[in-house]
Amino acid sequence: MDYIAQQVINAFQLGSIYALIALGYSLVYGVLSMINFAHGDLFMLGAFTCLLLEAIVPIPLWIVLPLTMITIGFLGALLERLAYRPIRNAPRVSAIITSLGCGLIIENITLAISPYPRHMPTLLQNSTIHFYGITISFLQILVVGVSLTLMLLLDFIIRFTSLGMAIRALSCDRVMVSLLGIPANRIISLTFALGGALGGAAGLLYALAYPVISSSMGILIGWKAFVAAVIGGIGSIRGALLGAYILGTTEVISVTILPSTYRDLIAYSLLLIILVFKPYGILGEPPLQKV
Amino acid sequence: MNKQAISILYLIFFSLCLLASCHPTKPVIKIGINAEITGEAPAIGASCVNAAKLLVAEVNQSGGINVAGKKMSLELVIGDNGSKPDESVAISQRLIAQNEVVAMIGPNISSCAVPSSEIAESMGCLMISPWSTNLRTTRNSNGSFKKNVFRACFTELVETPLLARFAINHLHASQAAILYDISSESPNSAAHQFQKSFLKEGGKVVATETYTTGDRDFSAQLTKIKAANPDLLFIPAYYNDVPLIAQQARRLGITARFLGYNSWSTPDIVTLDTGHYLNGSYFSNHFSLESDLPAVKKFNTNYQSAYGQPPDDIAALTYDAIGLVIESIKKADSLNRTAIVQAMSNIEQFSGVTGDFIFLKDNHDPLKNIIILTINDGRFVYVETVKP
Amino acid sequence: MQQQANKEERLRSPGDAFNKRGLQSKYIVWLQNIGLLLLGGVASMLIPKFFNNYITFVLITLIINAILCVSLNLINGYMGEFSVGHAAFMALGAYSSAIITVKIAPTLPIFFLFPLAVTAGGFVAALVGVPLAILSFKTRGDYLAIITLSFLMIVKSGLENISYVGGPRGFLGIPQLTTLPWAYFWGVLTFWILRNFINSKWGRSITAIREDEIAAQAMGVSTRSAKMMTFVISSFFAGVAGGLFAQQIQFINPSSFDILKSTNILVMVYLGGVGSLSGSLVGAVVFTLLYQLLQPFGVWRLVIMPLLLVLLMIFRPRGIMGFREWTWLQPKESRTKGVDHSVL
Repeated sequence: MDYIAQQVINAFQLGSIYALIALGYSLVYGVLSMINFAHGDLFMLGAFTCLLLEAIVPIPLWIVLPLTMITIGFLGALLERLAYRPIRNAPRVSAIITSLGCGLIIENITLAISPYPRHMPTLLQNSTIHFYGITISFLQILVVGVSLTLMLLLDFIIRFTSLGMAIRALSCDRVMVSLLGIPANRIISLTFALGGALGGAAGLLYALAYPVISSSMGILIGWKAFVAAVIGGIGSIRGALLGAYILGTTEVISVTILPSTYRDLIAYSLLLIILVFKPYGILGEPPLQKV
Repeated sequence: MNKQAISILYLIFFSLCLLASCHPTKPVIKIGINAEITGEAPAIGASCVNAAKLLVAEVNQSGGINVAGKKMSLELVIGDNGSKPDESVAISQRLIAQNEVVAMIGPNISSCAVPSSEIAESMGCLMISPWSTNLRTTRNSNGSFKKNVFRACFTELVETPLLARFAINHLHASQAAILYDISSESPNSAAHQFQKSFLKEGGKVVATETYTTGDRDFSAQLTKIKAANPDLLFIPAYYNDVPLIAQQARRLGITARFLGYNSWSTPDIVTLDTGHYLNGSYFSNHFSLESDLPAVKKFNTNYQSAYGQPPDDIAALTYDAIGLVIESIKKADSLNRTAIVQAMSNIEQFSGVTGDFIFLKDNHDPLKNIIILTINDGRFVYVETVKP
Repeated sequence: MQQQANKEERLRSPGDAFNKRGLQSKYIVWLQNIGLLLLGGVASMLIPKFFNNYITFVLITLIINAILCVSLNLINGYMGEFSVGHAAFMALGAYSSAIITVKIAPTLPIFFLFPLAVTAGGFVAALVGVPLAILSFKTRGDYLAIITLSFLMIVKSGLENISYVGGPRGFLGIPQLTTLPWAYFWGVLTFWILRNFINSKWGRSITAIREDEIAAQAMGVSTRSAKMMTFVISSFFAGVAGGLFAQQIQFINPSSFDILKSTNILVMVYLGGVGSLSGSLVGAVVFTLLYQLLQPFGVWRLVIMPLLLVLLMIFRPRGIMGFREWTWLQPKESRTKGVDHSVL
């Protein structure tokens, strides 16, 4: 019993991190219908930014988290301004390829600067809580707690603020929104900043939980989070959450039951099965086809 | 054919000329480095290149090498194989056929070293892999040794049985669990070898769990291991993963002692804050920085002053691999590839920073001592030297 | 005006030159083409004699890349889907051909063994392409992209779990059978078959699907069989490329066929230009040569190359040759077709 409870907590931690990154994919997709493949690398930069900040001045977690989020949010908006805005009206695939290229650029510049994997300093005293034979570390609670808070915050922004309303309007009709006097470009930049900030926060939390960071850490996690976003229905905020927890749980369950080499096999087979029965994700809606 | 098609032929032709046009101007001895600078193991490539540059600079400062009565300086030709078999084959071809190196150092990871060794073998160029432990790097499929390929490290065949014996005799372990990276060559064979040897020595393996390269979360596997209640956890894993595994294992309440092998040797694994989780662990290594040998001391200080960090085992093994090449060139007293390979085959003993190499007759895998280290207060502490 | 000029240039082909001189026979054009191909074949036999192994190796890699690129272009360019799983077909081809040359029939004479192994690799890949095609009936766009991605991951981790082919440690001891003439032969065969396919009924069907699937259906295009055909042919040639790759490198492991391999093929396709055979050729040539030429830059070459790609996408979103074709890669009947200005 405690064994199962332990695994449930493990699944929750993994799922929360996937969720934070998946939200970034979904936000951008909702607004521009574009998959930002550089998002995984923004996640990686989040971890490195935190490391850099800590190397300059050792500051506590509650300062470094917002600072990292602002930096990565800014970088996300910058990326949009420099690389994606010029091709906004080009074929959709060019945007995807551009984002793949941007991701590679970010990753390899980081690699050129720091070929050795870096180690994250401990930002908080670690303590574990034991009850009924289950061990929960404070870090796990923190990861899950911060993720959930950020997600709730995002949901609030999207649903109840004017920025959120503009973002929702943009995802319906980009041309119409501009005609109504909403500064579409600024809103798109802000969306990228928002997605980037979440990715940066995920990077930081991930680096706290698994304190070895390297330039290639964004690839695998980025793709997995993308998969999570698709399982839930890409473009849907709640779908991204759902998908991330489903993916996290599946991975942990498959490792628990079978040898670990089957984990990817199971996780991706599940994805295939879901997409066979729900071709547009669990909460996604098929796009309207105009004849 | 129209104009455009012809222009693309021009493009190909022009590029090939460009590729073919890197010819030497002054008499130097070219040594090729086929390293994992990008891809999944960039740290390996970085150490390899650093150590190579260090040694070449040292040799050139002291005036170079006497070959056939002429002082010649060394020059490195560095190629990045991206940790991919296909690119490492391309780099081997380029170094050997194009840049006309007299010998090639690397690749280090076996999935690159095995296919590259075929190229070195077919083109008759000396290749020394500093770090590849796969038997097939130096051997043909029928078990005979490749003529031109050597290695600078010991293999798991030698290392893990000694480690298993050490665990049973000195650490008094009886119930071992193993957690290893199944998608990497060296941890994989180390795990299997260890399992076999541990059983033979009278121990019991209670759990064997795996993960794949790039994983950061091991809690599911560790929870299973905890349920099996081992008193020893053998972790043949690359040094990136070790602190994470140790941290997560201790947090889950696993009290077993950790045992590692040569891939642990980067000081990084203890200098970070999670390093204290590894206190009391033992591992085997190619060399010890605490050694009293003057060569090791000199290497250590020079490397630290050049790169600001202590050398790891890959740096040390690369240093020795190039040392072996220089030794062979001196013995051969010529830059002829066949002569150099012949001279290398005749080397029986060589002492480098990773200890004494003994090459048995017609055997291209050196016999070397294994050094057991323990981790104490964030430092590697020498325990003992085990002779094979 | 520009378009008119283009069209005229397009019309000027070796055949037209003969027509002007009054030689009406199309057999002469045909003979001329065969002659050029044979010339290429002879050149491919001579190059290894005069240039070193490295140059030969790069040329073989170039041809393999061109085969991969053109076969992916079929799905991504002509059919307008976004497949990221092409490395999986390559892996299947590579492993099946290696099984034949190493385990099943290592004693056959090379002249039979090699084509057999490569074709078998292609067939295995094509067979596995069928379920993927069936999945593509139901869903499109990003969701199909994810299906291909998960397919790639399943193949990769499946191979890691099969100890018969070496598991994660890789498949050792594959003989080196891919020579430049053989690679040239397969390259020409691929381009010839795909050129004919694209200009056949099927090719026009998939272009119609790209432009508007519903309209295509309404016009009586059998979208399902067209998709099936495309996936099967595309995966067949990816398998062939995998077979050539395995016998060239002499070693394959599952991590050689990861998402990065797929990304490289995608980059080649979009660099050269979608919906164009010539574009695939240009993309493969530019990518392969640039990759080798930039080697002295070390890590920075991996920054320079994507940077060039991003700049190209910003200033020329369709790639170098997007939707345009060299005349010699078009059958005579469809040459009058101008630049295809359709939007993806």
